[in-house]
Amino acid sequence: MPKSKSRSDVAFQIGTGAFGFVLIALVCGIGVILALESLPSIQKFGLGFWRTEIWDPVAGEFGALPFIWGTLYSSVLALLIATPIALGIAIFISELCPAVLRQPLVFVTELLAAIPSIVYGLWGIFVLVPAVRALETSLPDSLRKLPLFSGPPLGLGMLSAALILAIMVIPFISSISREVLKSVPPAQREGAYALGATRFEAIRAAVFYARTGIIGAVMLGFGRALGETMAVTMVIGNNPKVSVSLFAPQYTMAAVVANEFAEAADRLYLSALVEIGLVLFIITLIINSFSRLLIWSMARTEKIVAEPVETEAAA
Amino acid sequence: MNAIHKIAVAVAGAAVLVTGVAAQTQRINGAGATFPYPIYSKWFSEYNKMHPNVEINYQSIGSGGGIQQVTKETVFFGATDGPMTPDQMQAAPGKILHFPTVLGAVVPIYNLPGVSTELKFSGPVLADIFLGKVTKWNDPAIAKLNGGVTLPATDITVAHRADGSGTTYIWVDYLSKLSPEWKTKVGVATSVNWPTGVGGRGNEGVSGLVKQTPGAIGYVELIYALQNKIAYGSVMNAAGESVKASVQAVTAAAAEAAKAMPPDFRVSITNAPGKGVYPISSFTWLLLYENAKDKNQAKTMVDFVKWALTDGQKFAPDLGYAPLPEAIVKLEMAALAKIKVS
Repeated sequence: MPKSKSRSDVAFQIGTGAFGFVLIALVCGIGVILALESLPSIQKFGLGFWRTEIWDPVAGEFGALPFIWGTLYSSVLALLIATPIALGIAIFISELCPAVLRQPLVFVTELLAAIPSIVYGLWGIFVLVPAVRALETSLPDSLRKLPLFSGPPLGLGMLSAALILAIMVIPFISSISREVLKSVPPAQREGAYALGATRFEAIRAAVFYARTGIIGAVMLGFGRALGETMAVTMVIGNNPKVSVSLFAPQYTMAAVVANEFAEAADRLYLSALVEIGLVLFIITLIINSFSRLLIWSMARTEKIVAEPVETEAAA
Repeated sequence: MNAIHKIAVAVAGAAVLVTGVAAQTQRINGAGATFPYPIYSKWFSEYNKMHPNVEINYQSIGSGGGIQQVTKETVFFGATDGPMTPDQMQAAPGKILHFPTVLGAVVPIYNLPGVSTELKFSGPVLADIFLGKVTKWNDPAIAKLNGGVTLPATDITVAHRADGSGTTYIWVDYLSKLSPEWKTKVGVATSVNWPTGVGGRGNEGVSGLVKQTPGAIGYVELIYALQNKIAYGSVMNAAGESVKASVQAVTAAAAEAAKAMPPDFRVSITNAPGKGVYPISSFTWLLLYENAKDKNQAKTMVDFVKWALTDGQKFAPDLGYAPLPEAIVKLEMAALAKIKVS
């Protein structure tokens, strides 16, 4: 085949290859610029930037720890809430839902994904936060003594941020999971039924078959939660303090950059803000690489398990 | 002449007209503070009506951004809510002059169910609240200022700006003048390391927080409180009077400051002395190079500023800004003469 490659094929290959290269150059460019612009701050604070809890623009002392903590904590909480719900939606739509309901449900989940985050933020302020405050005040005193629920019940804070993030990532996780489930070969389910499996067991087999794709969907949701800015800053309370309490107002990396960049005139202050961007960039990179690795290692073991089934299906 | 011909002629004529006007139109770009944006955009459009060949564009990107852009000379003029620091002045390629344009004020807003009387505050008490030292509404320090008001034992929730802002600058500038502890522990800037409280984005963020949270106290611009009909407390001034913010009380603060005005106008007028003065007031400034590269633009800007400081002031009160007192306008006119226009 390679010999019969026509000229247009080569041109097409080079053309698309160039686009691929542009993407890599773009990512590298962003990384380099972020590193260059944050040099003053890197030189001054070094690695201490990652573990310092002070953020004092007046004294010129900066540390990213509360923002790193707030970003990861809110995103992980959001995923813990969103994943089961999103999976439930995906499984219902792809496996159990009556045909009449399917299209409307798909449409509504995709509509959720299309709502701008500022709208989520406004809804958060006017609906979610008062509801969370009511929930917090109604919590019994015995529970309020736990570190997880300590602090005044403001409504604003980690819990509201996690909830709003969860709502925002559900459509992403459920849409992709649904697509992944749809692409599971029918032989998987048929085989399960042939072996006398119940409906639940057959679905379980399909979900198991699709697990790498589903993990990919969850990771995509995680990436979105890490970078979400507007909606989070409107409900999280914007207080750079590390706390495990769900009630405590906290802060995220994307939010502090968005909030303070416009008024930061001092060179060190600006570069500290850019370094927050760099930290977010690095953390996103690590998490994405890790999830790729996870999917890759699972895909390898899966091949061995799934091979006989594949050949059967082909035959 | 057929129709197509007519249209062609008309189009050609219009093109000549457009390019002809464009050649004469002078475009001046500026950037900076968001706080004076409503009056600046009013001024620029009014000025454009009188001088159709002058088009001034202003981007309200924040005081910090304005100072940066004017320092890098990517815009012709800047605007800021806090005067430039000596370091920032040093960083600029030429001498930058400050021109106060209008005045604004910052007011304390609160949400205390069960109390219908308007509360009175003082600088030290506000500082202690924002330091997290006064945590209950029935604290003796608040009670002392509000004799006769039954204050509940509600917890105080402090709401502050999360985004960097000139409003914050004015507020903390006032607190640091009245509280030595605030000055050493927190300091003055557009963003500070808040000892306590929750952060909202923008005036609307803070007022939203206060409105929704029983026991909350925050601060917003006077304009914002007036336009949105938000109740606010009065503040004790340097003369010991409890003054409620109003356009007149803010202009009075500037009139007091005019008596001891430094020649570069870089002055904070929070806690100004005198009777009837609202203590949390501030100028907002335009930033212009004394010796700008483009002398044509410099001349146009000087003309514009002269108009803004005189006829332009009449637009201020309607938009919630306090106009400059006569004495300051006089001083500024003299300073404008220093700008090289040829």
